[in-house]
Amino acid sequence: MSATAVDIAADVRAGRRSALDVVEAALAAIAARDGELNAFNTVTADQARAAAASIDARVAAGEDVGPLAGVPVALKDNLCTRGVPTTCSSKILAGWKPPYDATVVGRLVAAGAIMVGKTNLDEFAMGSSTENSAFGPTRNPHDPTRVPGGSSGGSAAAVAAGFVPLSLGSDTGGSIRQPAALCGVVGVKPTYGRVSRYGLVAFASSLDQIGPFATTVADAAACYDVIAGWDPFDSTSIPEPLEPTSAALGRGVQGLRVGVVSEMTSEAMGIAPDVLVRVREAADALAAAGATVTEVSVPACVYGLSAYYLIAPAEASSNLARFDGVRFGLRVDAPTTAEMQRATRTAGFGPEVKRRIMLGTYALCAGYYDAYYGKAQRVRRLILEDFERAYGEVDVLLSPTSPTTAFPLGAKTTDPLTMYLNDVCTIPSNLAGHPALSVPFGTGSDGMPVGVQLMGPALSESLLFQVAAVLEASSS
Amino acid sequence: MPARISRDDVAHVARLALLELTEDELERYTEQLGAILEHAEDVAALDLGDVAPLAHPLSLRNVFRDDEPGAALDRDEVLAEAPAAESGRFRVPAILGEEP
Amino acid sequence: MSETTWETVIGLEVHAELATRTKLFSGALNHFGSEPNTNVDPVSLGLPGSLPVLNRAAVELAIRVGLALHCEIRPSVFARKNYFYPDMPKDFQISQYDQPIDLGGWLELPEGKRIGITRAHLEEDTGKNTHVGGSGRIGGADYSLIDYNRAGVPLLEIVSEPDLRSADEARAYVGELRAILVAIGASDGKMEEGSLRVDCNVSVRRPGEPFGTRCEIKNVNSLRSLGRAVDYETRRQIDLIEAGDKVRQETRHWDENGGRTTPGRSKENSEDYRYFPEPDLVPVVPDPAWIEEIRAALPRLPAERRHDLAAAAGLTPTDLTVIVAVDRGADATALEAIAAGADAVRVLTHIEHNLAVEGADALSGSTLAALVGMETSGALTATQAKTVLAELVTLAVSGVQGDPAAVAAAKGFEAMNTGAFDAAVDAVIADNAEEWERFKAGDPKERGKLTGFFVGKVMKSTKGQADGKAVTAALLSRAG
Ligand SMILES: [Mg+2]
Ligand SMILES: [Zn+2]
Repeated sequence: MSATAVDIAADVRAGRRSALDVVEAALAAIAARDGELNAFNTVTADQARAAAASIDARVAAGEDVGPLAGVPVALKDNLCTRGVPTTCSSKILAGWKPPYDATVVGRLVAAGAIMVGKTNLDEFAMGSSTENSAFGPTRNPHDPTRVPGGSSGGSAAAVAAGFVPLSLGSDTGGSIRQPAALCGVVGVKPTYGRVSRYGLVAFASSLDQIGPFATTVADAAACYDVIAGWDPFDSTSIPEPLEPTSAALGRGVQGLRVGVVSEMTSEAMGIAPDVLVRVREAADALAAAGATVTEVSVPACVYGLSAYYLIAPAEASSNLARFDGVRFGLRVDAPTTAEMQRATRTAGFGPEVKRRIMLGTYALCAGYYDAYYGKAQRVRRLILEDFERAYGEVDVLLSPTSPTTAFPLGAKTTDPLTMYLNDVCTIPSNLAGHPALSVPFGTGSDGMPVGVQLMGPALSESLLFQVAAVLEASSS
Repeated sequence: MPARISRDDVAHVARLALLELTEDELERYTEQLGAILEHAEDVAALDLGDVAPLAHPLSLRNVFRDDEPGAALDRDEVLAEAPAAESGRFRVPAILGEEP
Repeated sequence: MSETTWETVIGLEVHAELATRTKLFSGALNHFGSEPNTNVDPVSLGLPGSLPVLNRAAVELAIRVGLALHCEIRPSVFARKNYFYPDMPKDFQISQYDQPIDLGGWLELPEGKRIGITRAHLEEDTGKNTHVGGSGRIGGADYSLIDYNRAGVPLLEIVSEPDLRSADEARAYVGELRAILVAIGASDGKMEEGSLRVDCNVSVRRPGEPFGTRCEIKNVNSLRSLGRAVDYETRRQIDLIEAGDKVRQETRHWDENGGRTTPGRSKENSEDYRYFPEPDLVPVVPDPAWIEEIRAALPRLPAERRHDLAAAAGLTPTDLTVIVAVDRGADATALEAIAAGADAVRVLTHIEHNLAVEGADALSGSTLAALVGMETSGALTATQAKTVLAELVTLAVSGVQGDPAAVAAAKGFEAMNTGAFDAAVDAVIADNAEEWERFKAGDPKERGKLTGFFVGKVMKSTKGQADGKAVTAALLSRAG
């Protein structure tokens, strides 16, 4: 699928192309190569064809079918879809068909988009390589011996492989931006509260955000415009009205102040030299386009990883309690309910999920709450304050997205801590609740894609798209 | 600074979280959680008495819904996904232990 | 040993279901008695991906209760209380923990003693388990069935200070709290439907000594059980201590049939609820203007209403008929009837005994006064008045305030004139000379028995038109 979402929608709306043709092309691409990549947990071919036919009929009847008319989309398999399995790539939810749709799903459908399937992820979004899936790993379309990143690896790979022009992922500590970087696509984590979390199976509630993957900044912006906005079913949804971000795309960066985050561009933080080269080039490209580029310090960032690995598991330990074999999903029979619940959870959760549940349970235990969870929340405020100080000096921040390019499958699975270090540059924006995106910018010494990260203050999505468009133009 | 997580601690949290661990797993998780928590010591060691905890990045307050009925779920659709159901209810094995 | 050397110390935790239309965190109906699992949505079932959104009406009722209990209304934060139990859909309960909405108030018992209110906080109710097979009780059941209709119903947990000192005080406290909750529309207060649930903390000590070790007693489902449970537990603890044992801090269950408390099974997971702030909700910071608006709209509370009614009736506020009238919300009717000149005791007696029926509140005070007036003047006997009253209520429900005289006439109730009455009594005495001799002899026991005999005969011969009390009086005066 080489056409962009924006082009497809324009063609379908104008009747130049049928949505059914578009969907058939997507399904054919998936059929041809997903056996190898394993980006999808479920392909909803019949449902997609029916939806496409209905779009075509409505176009023929002269109806406005929405800004994403006929655009095939893939949804991370932790987004609830009514009647369609929503598994979180976990045995404990295998086959579970939710009785309701996530808010974002309803918004995409209302905009004319067509769901073609549900994508693979690290179980319950816990991981950075999509290797922690109960249904096998997803592979990187640029090199199938390598990981696509994670946890939204299936959604990133589906776009990078050209299966679909758009997909949705969720980002708790980098789970959209890191796989976007590793797969060479655009990935956006909006401001916390900008996109409704209703129907997103929670990992860490105060950090989770849904966002788009796309091959172009314009497509990502168009998708963001559809899914963002206030939702009465999410108490943490931001009520401020939304302005379409697409309008900002052509504005350039003349006069903008860009800060390169010093803490995220040091080899001491484990950033690979070839990645650093690309970040410097990106800074130069922005300077050449008229931006003022300086180095900016966000000192508390260095504590981000530790704080995150206390807060996120703590919330997860509570969010994942409901998977107990009583109301939905897997049940392993036993004579008493407590034994049944224990047997179900023991059989249903994979090792990484168990590790984080136990870590989070420990961090919340009465004797350790202050030392761990409480302390992490104070660090969270420090990080927010440091960011706010930085945004007094510059408009946006620039950094690597991931410390390295895509690594081989199995390279980091033995030591959890090594895997966690993948998120060192992405986590701080989640803790602060700020928007951030990853945009492809060249390749590393191994020829694999490199992504650079743009971060901004709350609700600065337009600005981030505006700057990303400049980087996109200069890297191609 | 808290002491390093012990085998007993891990067994305790596994019990709280309704997870069963084999001896091997207990061993391995104790080691892994120990390493992660050791990494977190940089945070645990900070003196942040004068910094207020931040539970949430938003400064929203007073988000309410009106007391108006919304759509109910279809019981058959819900119970069709239940591991076991009977007479319109979810069925579970014998419940031992008192309600907390 | 004697109980006078011991003092019982009681603190109560009352869970009141709030009278909202929908649940605390979603639009599923808050309705008792529906078909199982029909008042459920993704939030009440704790389905993956569901999120809570707070019901404004529940917050408003919590503030109303707080104001009625003289609490400070505070900014509050919801927390998660984590524990596994199958009737708790998310396996955590959303509850206010260290920052409750209502803090530090008091409630005055009818007798005048003030009981401290520690706090009142909002939380969600659980679903309901039905145990099937075996004994049908939790321990011996083969399996259980769960209905989540109740899951997510708003609860206000109202915690008292340990200021109560007897079973009577504990009952009075719950009675008064219930009256307040009903009066302000916060809860329907139906203990039998579980709208009001009481956990009591009981300890004993010798007066002046520090508090003893307390036990928490659950499953107390009525005011009667509350009194029995407190008395039983007090006795049990005194006996333990006097036998040289110690009271163990534990949760115990009231066994209504056995009339005793039994130790709860130990819960391996309950010691650590791992509370933390609920990240899916934002803080509640009630605007002072909102609080004042709620305060201004508060109805008059039962204590004040009892005081007013008692003053009008010439009784004390602790008089049972006064308490009942206010409890039933019939005090306005009573005051109207009394103001219209009706005999207060008769008015309140009718309210207590003859107006505890559906639709009674439709009856106006002036209609009630007119009826009582006929009774006082002797135009109607007590029995006839009761019959007429029932008819008046039926009419009132259909929107008509009937005329008691017309209703009485239609029923053929005519006042007996004195001559006919005296003749009827004399005739019965003449017909039963032997019994009359025994009556006159004056043995009190014999007289008691024979009074019933003569009253019955007179009633029969007058077809119920004679007043029973008047017949008794006539017999006594004739006997000398
Ligand atoms: Mg409690
Ligand atoms: Zn409670």
